[in-house]
Amino acid sequence: MEQLNAWFTDLLAGNAIFTANTLGFYWDGLVTTVQLVFLCLVLGIVLAVPLAIGRGSKRPWIKWPIYLYTYVFRGTPLLIQLYLVYYGVVFFDGIQDSIFWVVFKQAFYPALIAFTLNTAAYTTEIFHGAIKNTAKGEIEAARAYGMSKPLMMRRIILPSAFRRALPAYGNEVIFMLHASAVASVVTIMDLTGAASYVYARFYAPFAAFSFVAVIYLCLTFSIMFCFRKLEKRLLAHLRPRGA
Amino acid sequence: MKKLLTTSLLGATLIAGAVQAQDAEQLRIGVDVPYEPMEYRTPDGELTGFDIELGNAMCEQINAECEWVVQAWDGIIPGLMARKYDAIMSSMTINDERRQTVLFSDPYIKPPSAWFAADDSGIDAVYPQTLEGKTIGVQRGTLQDNYVTDNYGDVADISRYTTADDLVLDMDAGRIDIAFLDFPVGKSTLLDSEDGNYVTVGDMISEPAEYFGEGFGIAFRQRDEDLAERFNEALATLQENGTYDEIYEKYFKNHE
Repeated sequence: MEQLNAWFTDLLAGNAIFTANTLGFYWDGLVTTVQLVFLCLVLGIVLAVPLAIGRGSKRPWIKWPIYLYTYVFRGTPLLIQLYLVYYGVVFFDGIQDSIFWVVFKQAFYPALIAFTLNTAAYTTEIFHGAIKNTAKGEIEAARAYGMSKPLMMRRIILPSAFRRALPAYGNEVIFMLHASAVASVVTIMDLTGAASYVYARFYAPFAAFSFVAVIYLCLTFSIMFCFRKLEKRLLAHLRPRGA
Repeated sequence: MKKLLTTSLLGATLIAGAVQAQDAEQLRIGVDVPYEPMEYRTPDGELTGFDIELGNAMCEQINAECEWVVQAWDGIIPGLMARKYDAIMSSMTINDERRQTVLFSDPYIKPPSAWFAADDSGIDAVYPQTLEGKTIGVQRGTLQDNYVTDNYGDVADISRYTTADDLVLDMDAGRIDIAFLDFPVGKSTLLDSEDGNYVTVGDMISEPAEYFGEGFGIAFRQRDEDLAERFNEALATLQENGTYDEIYEKYFKNHE
């Protein structure tokens, strides 16, 4: 570790801004951003699958509340949702003494809640669209086999819907990564937070922000690469033959 | 005959004027208000504050009559160059950039920073031991942020806010235990707030210069070296005879 440190210091000799110390800030920021985005995406999917199924339900008391939820969360800026969850909750009397305060005291969990609700709303709509687009023939064939509705959902509709939703969902993941930059306004030291810190400390906006932009670019490209691979595998049956 | 009379009259007026100038020199000082507690107006419109009182005391010391000229910050140095006033005493931080244009007196104050906490926080002194595991709030990228990051970054969590208002919201909410702010900022947002009961903790901090800068100076036109020198002497005298401390205590006393 010490050797690594010495090597770093050597490498960065004469550079006032990118010292081992500030790179440490960027590294912590990267870890926080990846954690935050990954967790909110996982929780978002868990929420979105049942919601997407419910959104296509014929029963109005299931369908409309879900529609209202996705409408509100897709219709308002993420920054506002974050402010509401982070600064809004403290106006509930006595929250500081309740068990919820463990969650709301730090900045991380309110941000995670806001991000999860936001991405779940978008993912619900993406999945709902994919489910609705299931080919009529597949459903008729499943019925002909005498499948019950839940079985049909599990075996026929959902697997093919997931595949069709993949490209759109890949975009949502990238959007979420970019949107996570707003976390820095509630004191979270994510990548953008680290960049703002370095900017404010050294008055070097260009260096601080272009460096962080490159990190975001690398993240985005790795996500895109994974989704391309996945699409190639899972959507192989949709590719034109022989190419 | 008439011409002679006019000339002698004119001469007499000039001499009289010169004598009067020696009597009590007229000086004008530019200031931008409000910036509590450095310079602001009382409810009945009178200028007051640390700069104003110290400035008046210095003028008295050098036997000058001083008049304060209120000037917005943007035009405060051009106003000095245009001879709208002879000096600027308006919480102006000494730095090399300004030194190219104006001549600074010795620093007359280093703006203090202070620790603020709720009166029932249980923190009664500030050391790395007492802040262990606490959350410290600062404004991002300020000199207070740099100081706290370097000195307490290992033992405490640091929450960095874009504005002081965001910080105060989280202080009220109980998310941060203690804040380290510019004293004037903390006084107006925390000590004078009606929502919470806040106190300063420990001493005010304005050293080392590596973090807290060179301090505030009085700015003069480059060629007025004599005037700057007289103000420096006056400042030294006031610091020796206790007048300075008296004024300092009045505006920066600890609110326990």
